[in-house]
Amino acid sequence: MSLLDRHLSFLEALRGAGLPVSLAEDLDAVAALTAVTWEDRALVREAYAATLVKRRTQRPTFDTLFDLWFPRLVGEGYAGDPDADPRADDAPSPGQVRDGAAALESLRGRLVEALAASEDAAAAEATTEFAVEAIGTFGRLPGAAGRGSPAWSSYAALQRVAPEQLVERLVRALLVAGTDQERARRTAARRIGAFTAAAEAEARRRTAEEKGAAHVARTAVRATIDQLDFLSARRSDLDELRRQVHPLARRLATRLTQEHHAQRRGPVDFRRTVRASLSTGGVPLETRHKPKRPHRTDLVVLCDVSGSVANFAQFTLLLVLALRDQFQNLRAFTFVDQVHEVTHHLRPQADPAEVMADLAASASHAALWGRTSYGRAFTRFAEEHADALGPRSSLLILGDARSNHGDLALGALREMAGSARHAWWLNPEHRRQWDTGDSAASAYGEVVDMVECRNLTQLSDFVHDLL
Amino acid sequence: MPSAPWFTSPADAIERLGEAGYLADAATGTTAYLAGALEKPLLIEGPAGVGKTELAKAVARAAGAELVRLQCYEGLDEARALYEWNYKKQLLAIQASGGEQSWDRTHDEIFTEEFLLTRPLLSAIRREEPTVLLIDEVDKTDVEVEGLLLEVLSDFQVTIPELGTISAVRRPFVVLTSNATRELSEAVKRRCLFLHLDYPDAAREREIITAAVPGLDDAVATQLVEVVARLRDLELRKAPSIAESIDWARTLLALEIDDLDDAAVDATLGVVLKHVSDTERAVRELKLRR
Repeated sequence: MSLLDRHLSFLEALRGAGLPVSLAEDLDAVAALTAVTWEDRALVREAYAATLVKRRTQRPTFDTLFDLWFPRLVGEGYAGDPDADPRADDAPSPGQVRDGAAALESLRGRLVEALAASEDAAAAEATTEFAVEAIGTFGRLPGAAGRGSPAWSSYAALQRVAPEQLVERLVRALLVAGTDQERARRTAARRIGAFTAAAEAEARRRTAEEKGAAHVARTAVRATIDQLDFLSARRSDLDELRRQVHPLARRLATRLTQEHHAQRRGPVDFRRTVRASLSTGGVPLETRHKPKRPHRTDLVVLCDVSGSVANFAQFTLLLVLALRDQFQNLRAFTFVDQVHEVTHHLRPQADPAEVMADLAASASHAALWGRTSYGRAFTRFAEEHADALGPRSSLLILGDARSNHGDLALGALREMAGSARHAWWLNPEHRRQWDTGDSAASAYGEVVDMVECRNLTQLSDFVHDLL
Repeated sequence: MPSAPWFTSPADAIERLGEAGYLADAATGTTAYLAGALEKPLLIEGPAGVGKTELAKAVARAAGAELVRLQCYEGLDEARALYEWNYKKQLLAIQASGGEQSWDRTHDEIFTEEFLLTRPLLSAIRREEPTVLLIDEVDKTDVEVEGLLLEVLSDFQVTIPELGTISAVRRPFVVLTSNATRELSEAVKRRCLFLHLDYPDAAREREIITAAVPGLDDAVATQLVEVVARLRDLELRKAPSIAESIDWARTLLALEIDDLDDAAVDATLGVVLKHVSDTERAVRELKLRR
């Protein structure tokens, strides 16, 4: 592949991953590349990043793709275990990778040793080297019955190397080296985490070499965090998502205040206009206006917290909490089949992690029978908390509208929607899954406007329109 | 137009910024070099207090250039950013002429240099000496101002209806900073190089602190950097920035604390954390009070 082709296909992959790379940026990147030398891979990476990445959340995706298109090394890239005696192995045929119990133990031992002995910068280098070796030795999945090219799997390699089990050994090694308990534990967790990430990157690189970078980019590169589906988020993604909620809320709040201010020009204030005109000899060059009073709404949130959509509900509640200042009054209820008020958990100064824990704990109150029943929840709400809704309030329902084929209680919902000023329903499922199985999306959608809300971007767009 | 380049290479950028008192990492150095070499504006985003504005000042110091600063705020308009006619002076001039001059002459006279008030953007473009133009906290402005910036940023020219188009004699080194409280428009982003400045790694932060607070004990500096790094991991409402680590270092120096143990951290935590809930959380997570 020529350099230009590589550049073009790299850009194509970035676009495919959702980065808006225009022709202008393409040209900038080329100009930037001619200004730096090709010898230093880090420089090339930064030159590309400066011209192509425009948002912090895009950087991880960019880095993954860059590593695929401009790999750190090609081919085997490791010398193998210098100490291992080839005869001790289970008689490998020439050219085959030495994959045996002895090799595994040796790798794990040397990995712990290297990670324990070195400072941070050196540890990073050692980590990469060992990751390369681990994938090269243990990550090879044989091509099916001799056909096709071999695949590389970080999963297989990490199963064998089992880095989580090395944390304890590393902690002990660090303690011997003279660090205190607390610090050793953190360092060990961080370094082992880095090793896992490096192994995953290496497996991607090896696979890309066999099957082409574009193939890997399509299958193995994850979406940027603000495009990630709530329902398919992994554990580590959830932490990152939670971290994003607060900045997101701050951004929304600032933007809203700005927009309100922009529209704030009220009627002309005659007195102040005349007084201002004194300095220009009585010519009123600038008019003065009376300020407009902002109007605020009450918000009532009704949240499905059953297992399938709990993540989504928590994020939305957190975002609503962070935006408290924008509402006159906020009341939040969670339900599975019972309605339970959680407003008191949403203190404006509260720590988000704590709120999440409280909300999760309170989910148990919301379930009596344990099966989601929208119909029962709406009926109970109409009976017990009807006073929450009034002509000034907006009703927001969060859930996937999957009601286990029970009674939908459309009447109760219609009543609720009728007594509120506005009503919306946020559904975390893709629109094409609505009405499949036990989903009652369109039945509810006819009563209350239903909006698809699968990721942070859609969520922030919605909240912006709501206010 | 031949003019001395801002930096000759990324390494040169890092070195000269270092001499100007700014410890840049590789990404920052490379991007600063590219901004100079490609003559493109540089948009820097990142949390408050990581040295975005400081970088612009350091570039000015390193290159011996003048710094022209436009501090953005809500309600900033063309008249404050670009140029304005001095209406009062024009009015006076008309009244002083006492109606003796013809309309044409009056008209020509009151729209000249004499009555023009140049604001930062126009000043930066008209300067013939090396100039660093800092457009600070661009996310605070209204969306309309971005439209105004577009012409300046892409062509380095300003059109004044009465005087015609004024082009830059010498392109300034433009730095825009943003805390990302508002998403900037795609058009602005497309015209800029992008750099996300984040909290520095432990080694670099230590260097920054020892450079800023010379009297500080090495061991304390190491402890301090470590505690700050842990605080940043806690998902606080306001994570401590570099500026706050430096404040903390100064506080420790002033209080003559030579060992940053749990009690010392607890006593001085107010210097780095600005919210009650943050302090509570830090006390709990760092197990300061047992």
